[in-house]
Amino acid sequence: MDYCPHTPEDVAEMQALIGIHSIDELFADIPQPFRLQQMPGIPESLSEQDTFTLMKTISARNRIPQVTMTGAGAYAHYIPAVVSHLIGRAEFFTAYTPYQAEMSQGILQAIYEYQTMIARLTGMEVANASLYDGASAMAEAAVLCAKISNRKRIVVARSVHPQYRQVLQTYAWANGYAVTEIPYAPSGQLDLAALTDLLDSRIAAVIIQSPNFFGCIEDIAPVAEAAHQNGAMLISGFTDGTSLGILRPAGDSGADFVVGEGQSLGNPLHYGGPYLGILAAREKYLRRIPGRLAGATVDKNGKRGFVLTLQTREQHIRREKATSNICSNEALCALSACIYLAALGKNLKKLSALNINKAQYFKNRLLSLPGWQQVFSSPVYNEFALRCPAARMVNEKLWAAGITGAYELSKDYPELENTLLVCATEMLSKDDMDRVLDILK
Amino acid sequence: MELIFEISKPGRSAADVSQSDVPVVSLEDVIGRKYLRDDLDLPEVAEIDLVRHYTNLSRRNFGVDMGFYPLGSCTMKYNPKINENAAVLPGFTNLHPEVPDEFAQGSLKLMFDMQRLLSDIFGMADFTLQPAAGAHGELTGVMIIKKYFEKKGQKRHLILIPDAAHGTNPASGALCGFETVTLRSNTDGGVDLDHLESLMTEDVAALMLTNPNTLGLFERNIEKVASIVHGKGGLLYGDGANANAFLGKTRPGDLGFDVIQLNLHKTFSTPHGGGGPGSGPVGVSAKLVDYLPVPRIIKNSSYEWPTDYSVNRDGETSYLPIPHFIANDATYAWSSDFPDSIGRVRAFYGNFNVIVKAYTYIRSLGATGLTRVTEMAVLNANYIKEKLKFVYDLPFDRACMHECVFSGNRQVAENSVHTSDIAKRLIDFGYHPPTIYFPLIVHEAIMIEPTETESKETLDAFCNAMIAIAEEARNNPQRIKDAPLSTPVNRLDEVLAARKPDVCWKKPSNE
Repeated sequence: MDYCPHTPEDVAEMQALIGIHSIDELFADIPQPFRLQQMPGIPESLSEQDTFTLMKTISARNRIPQVTMTGAGAYAHYIPAVVSHLIGRAEFFTAYTPYQAEMSQGILQAIYEYQTMIARLTGMEVANASLYDGASAMAEAAVLCAKISNRKRIVVARSVHPQYRQVLQTYAWANGYAVTEIPYAPSGQLDLAALTDLLDSRIAAVIIQSPNFFGCIEDIAPVAEAAHQNGAMLISGFTDGTSLGILRPAGDSGADFVVGEGQSLGNPLHYGGPYLGILAAREKYLRRIPGRLAGATVDKNGKRGFVLTLQTREQHIRREKATSNICSNEALCALSACIYLAALGKNLKKLSALNINKAQYFKNRLLSLPGWQQVFSSPVYNEFALRCPAARMVNEKLWAAGITGAYELSKDYPELENTLLVCATEMLSKDDMDRVLDILK
Repeated sequence: MELIFEISKPGRSAADVSQSDVPVVSLEDVIGRKYLRDDLDLPEVAEIDLVRHYTNLSRRNFGVDMGFYPLGSCTMKYNPKINENAAVLPGFTNLHPEVPDEFAQGSLKLMFDMQRLLSDIFGMADFTLQPAAGAHGELTGVMIIKKYFEKKGQKRHLILIPDAAHGTNPASGALCGFETVTLRSNTDGGVDLDHLESLMTEDVAALMLTNPNTLGLFERNIEKVASIVHGKGGLLYGDGANANAFLGKTRPGDLGFDVIQLNLHKTFSTPHGGGGPGSGPVGVSAKLVDYLPVPRIIKNSSYEWPTDYSVNRDGETSYLPIPHFIANDATYAWSSDFPDSIGRVRAFYGNFNVIVKAYTYIRSLGATGLTRVTEMAVLNANYIKEKLKFVYDLPFDRACMHECVFSGNRQVAENSVHTSDIAKRLIDFGYHPPTIYFPLIVHEAIMIEPTETESKETLDAFCNAMIAIAEEARNNPQRIKDAPLSTPVNRLDEVLAARKPDVCWKKPSNE
């Protein structure tokens, strides 16, 4: 393929105007020894049809599961048809960051609507236009807390997604902060006594997730209270964004920041990305938070309009003094979330309830298998941990049947041997779950 | 336009939820009252209202499919549609990131091959595809530099950044605990070698260089720059934002760059979606490979693809039998067994769907097509430079690469018309304005990047508009200052927006 519209005559006329005889003259500044004559290792071009055949062949080497019962940070949900149709509008799809507000009112207003919906869902006053993903949003929030408090220690619950803790560790290392992990209690929730023992005036932030990686719903208010008593901030995350439709928002329980992965809200699994990092905050931190912000204002005729605002926080103005280096965010994924939430409206609560019904059914059925036991006692949303006689064997049986299997917690928690993290969203039908039971019987 | 909240009416919905096919549980019993939320304040609209609302919003937006978008440094080229069709193949879209590697051999192969292709195009030893955007790639690259010196036991706390650099460069350096020192440009628009020589000590970890720089100029002394930096044991970091300027012409790895970050949404044509998703792969030279983020893809050479697999002609379904289903016996697998790695910079593996589009683009263009991309991009930029240099000041009159930078100084001096006014007036002519007031070292900067996908006719029409605006600046400057006249809103009060931030809508209290 060739997407350049230049005919040989065009090129000749353009060269004449520039005053050159060959295109090569334009590359004269590249020192001769470093000039390429060809591109080693790069295959030749393909026609559009051959390109598509190639891509189909590659995609066909993936084995799409007939049933997905894995969660662990990415969730299979039904996406209403309107979402892909609307985000596919080329005016949204092929635009850059809205630097010219007058010709970008569409995306700016949509981001303002997204920010409003996220603030309401999380029980916070403000939200930004999105960050890269849930993990980096959590790490950015932690770095921000350290900067605001001028403290260098961060405490994170061990029940937070293992990959999120790894990202946090990377960001903390780069900034010279120390990270300490707090164990979980037999309930599956954070061990509040262990946290209380550890908290002191050197700690910038406490980080939890609710639902946490085990699917357990955390009791956020006492954690917030303990953090605040020591002058630390609470960063509260979540796993599946649809849980926000039914669970008490962390903002109502005293969180200073709410961060999480927004993929569940209208974005496909895409083998891990692009997703979107949600970040919501108390209003008092608005001038410190990372990422783009759309804000309402008026034009000279008093008409309402939207702009990227508080840009003095950002790297292109503040350079090394910026609150973060972020430039591109995940605007189109945020637009998907915005349209998804607007489409469902109050039905999001129904959807959340359906996820709970499915998880309860699946959990109870699996517990009927010989040797299967519940691991944690606290309430769960749509994921739960079960101990079984031989986790790997269970998964191998499921894989052979074209089912994703469940996440083996021993990968990240050696003490949780033969423990499976099972997820049941609205995409799992009763028949699917019964089939799993038949396979495992 | 009204907000979605303002057209909301209780009782409406645009998406329903299936009836439960399993027993309905009591939420109070299963979850507990204290964990349940009291209300849920989301818009309530019918499907037709929703579709019209966001369709009408889209009509107040401008993408590269609407018209010319010469936003400098952003490489707003046409986004081929076949890339989109490839990216939504069900084998890619519906795959959970935590499936066993055996389920994901297509995705793994694609990412592995992409790393090889990028390594070959840019002359690097290896790439990571994990970073989600260019700035995220920069951060990753600087972390790699930090780790390298940490492992060598050297304490270097400075990073040199040219005054022409993108703002993300100093911000990325600062986020990794480095102090940034500004390196001056010379009168030719390149690196001031004497200044570099005086700044380059054994306290300096790296020089972050954009080449061609943000003036669109190739660093003629790149060999010398690299040797000064390397001579003191430092590393040379390349901001690949401008990679569209040299595909098939030269390779950063050959020029002496140790780390480079790319922007797939710029150079490799993936649509930017109004501000993301992007993708910011990072390439490194051989001595830095061990520090790349984990997990990395390893290829198990003892196992090859079965040759007898059959692909459904439509490619729509992909329930392939797996011939030898033994764990870990796959061609490609994820591994985190790299003890010197900086760690993870995000969850999972990268913006996979964006990577599919860029991979499709590279494979469809091939070596010839990629070289032509750069040739036509540079030809287009030089064409604009030559056509406009008699009307707008050109601070550095030498052959440019993929973009050219003018100054609006003349228009300010003669008619008090500023670059921002010229930009707003261009909107009325149907164009997205160029990047303005950047790079910072050019007063009233106008940074034009046409890209290779624009025709001579488009460039001529754009230049005519720029010339007409320059004339208008002389004859009717007020008209330019009143611009844009064709948009749903006029110039917006940014000071008000910053002084009284309103980033979330609140229901008016009288309702």
